[in-house]
Amino acid sequence: MATFCHRICHRWSLSRITGLVLISNYKSQVTVPVSAATCRLLSWSGARVTSLAHQSLCGLKNQRSCSSGADPAPQKGGLGVRETSLLLNANCGREKAVASSPAKETFFTDLDVIPLPSPFEEILDEEAVQIEGREVLPPASFTLRDYVDQSDTLSKLVLLGVDLSKLEQRPNVANMLLRLDFDKNVKECLLFLKDLGVEEHQFGAFLTKNPFILTESLGNLQKRVSYLQSKKFNKEAIARMVSKAPYLLNFSVERLDNRLDFYHKELGLNVQKTRELVTRLPSLLTGSLEPVRENLKVYRIEFGFQENELQHMVMKVPKMLVASKKKVTVVFDYLHNIMGIPHLLVTKFPQVFNAKLLRIKERHLFLEHLGRAQYDPVQPNYISLDKLVATPDEVFCVEIAKATLPDFEAFQKTL
Amino acid sequence: MSRSARSVARALQGLFSVYKPPGVHWKRVRDAVETNLLQELNSLKQPDARQLIRFLPVHADGESETETNLTVVKLPALADHPLVKGPEFVHLKVGTGHRLDVMSSGVFVLALGHGNKQLPELYNCHLTKDYTVKGFFGKATDDFSDMGRLVEKTTYDHITRDKLERIVAVIQGSHQKALLTYSGIDFKTQEAYELASRGLLRPMQNSPPIITGLRCVHFSPPNFTLEIQCLHETQKYLRRIVHEIGLELKSTAVCTHVRRTRDGFFTLQDSLIRTRWDLQSVQDALRGRGSKGKATLLESGLEPPAGETDRLQARGQRTTTGTLRTAQTGTS
Repeated sequence: MATFCHRICHRWSLSRITGLVLISNYKSQVTVPVSAATCRLLSWSGARVTSLAHQSLCGLKNQRSCSSGADPAPQKGGLGVRETSLLLNANCGREKAVASSPAKETFFTDLDVIPLPSPFEEILDEEAVQIEGREVLPPASFTLRDYVDQSDTLSKLVLLGVDLSKLEQRPNVANMLLRLDFDKNVKECLLFLKDLGVEEHQFGAFLTKNPFILTESLGNLQKRVSYLQSKKFNKEAIARMVSKAPYLLNFSVERLDNRLDFYHKELGLNVQKTRELVTRLPSLLTGSLEPVRENLKVYRIEFGFQENELQHMVMKVPKMLVASKKKVTVVFDYLHNIMGIPHLLVTKFPQVFNAKLLRIKERHLFLEHLGRAQYDPVQPNYISLDKLVATPDEVFCVEIAKATLPDFEAFQKTL
Repeated sequence: MSRSARSVARALQGLFSVYKPPGVHWKRVRDAVETNLLQELNSLKQPDARQLIRFLPVHADGESETETNLTVVKLPALADHPLVKGPEFVHLKVGTGHRLDVMSSGVFVLALGHGNKQLPELYNCHLTKDYTVKGFFGKATDDFSDMGRLVEKTTYDHITRDKLERIVAVIQGSHQKALLTYSGIDFKTQEAYELASRGLLRPMQNSPPIITGLRCVHFSPPNFTLEIQCLHETQKYLRRIVHEIGLELKSTAVCTHVRRTRDGFFTLQDSLIRTRWDLQSVQDALRGRGSKGKATLLESGLEPPAGETDRLQARGQRTTTGTLRTAQTGTS
């Protein structure tokens, strides 16, 4: 997942978030069309802000031509400009410097057209009520905390359960989120996901993992879903895959096809089995393939598992494909060379590859100390491997080792 | 949930010991303890969000559109929402006492809060440490442990317990001499007599590794177990001792286990094993250490040098406390 994220935003921009907040309740602010109130609002909120808005318009055009990662929100000219506080991306600073000077001139001519109200002019209460005092947003910040109370999109995302504190640490994500408009970009994406079968309570975790789905076009997403459907994944499977592997729908159809093909060929599974495997651990599709290939080599060549044994194990515990090579090697070395467990038993209980080495070690030594380390199924007092690694300590001590927990803890201090 | 995370974090002060399992680097042990504590602290009650005062327009039903009233509403600031603010505790300062290398296990001292300031004072006490060292005859490796590259194989049939104990006594004797030279005390004084008679002579500044007690507790060829009390040692040095014992016995030996059973006044009983590295156990361990009087330490004459004690008392901190096993058999 992390590798993919880095691929998307391979360019490490400044961690600075440049404020660009969309305020969707703008209409409620300015209800009287071209009245004194509007002008007053403009002058009250400060010439700086408005001029920045103009600058950024030009800047954003330039930005489009230099094509930064996230696509900027659609802009309109004139009074329809919806930003209160704008600053350009640090990347297009040069373009801004070139573009800003003519923008300023047009801005000043605009101001000439609208007569500025006198500060001593009395205004009606109704009008006064409609002038909303907003806190001035910092033009640039290191955190989204400064914007979250002002931005509609961000506050709705927080209420959905998106962890902004995590997202703001990723490059470009915070700027991208600030440019979004909840009703325009976010809502339909979420509705789409809901139609797919992603549960509502999963949205927060989903968007925390993959905020980039909000910038993906719905047509593309639909294409990928129909590709999955064409591969005979049923509705539940697709819902499960999308919610467990949030980056799945950001992958192009060709890439998804390649990856499905990889598991199909590399493991020699039939189509049905491949589908089952990918449904059980969808992150196989979005993760990097190189570690999987390496792990398979380790299982085949270094450990000496047969092809059919490997297939059996992978279908039972798909996680062993993405486990760390080093960890798996250490665990198997201990099981096979020290505990003397044959390949056949490991094939039957592939859960051992999920267990921690320390846990296996101390339990084995404890059983050996008690004279109960008997892992051969044909002899009496047989202890199965999954019971050895998967039971919690209390159950292990009482049921398997037939001892007490304090005994076990005292034993661990003698290792 | 009753106590707030901040007050719990503020109470995490002092020294405690954990049991480091073999095969794990001490840094991973420290980090594991830190992560566990942080996780539990962040799940405790967090401070309330600030309240923002907002004027929200309210449209009354009977009135026309243009007439709007403002009501004052107190809303919790979204900027203080846990999802926006992030976890409250991201870092805890966990200091470490005398280190243990990867393959060795045993009592490993950690410090929290002002315990970090006590650590250098603990160093300056130059207290002895207890080790249990296991080894077997018949092999020699390049790093003196059983995991290293095999250098030599030898026979060990001629070794008896008597011969082993004789060598052990010789090594202890030579270290006794070193102890006297490095202790830096004039031997014609009453003070030296009193310290020596109680077995408390020890160097008060840096010195080469010194073994103050060494004895063989278990011998069944080729395996043997030694109990060592020493100062300023490294685990590698202890393995070398095993190797040298092997050479002196006209054979070779490698070391399989190095296990620290006592570090100063931290004993095996009150060190926490891997499954107990959580907030509750750490709190108990810190409290247990505090409740034990300082008297035992003073009684056994293992208090830090005079200046150190005064500074500690002036600061009103609990200093090095706890019971000390009578471990100074070697010097008496």
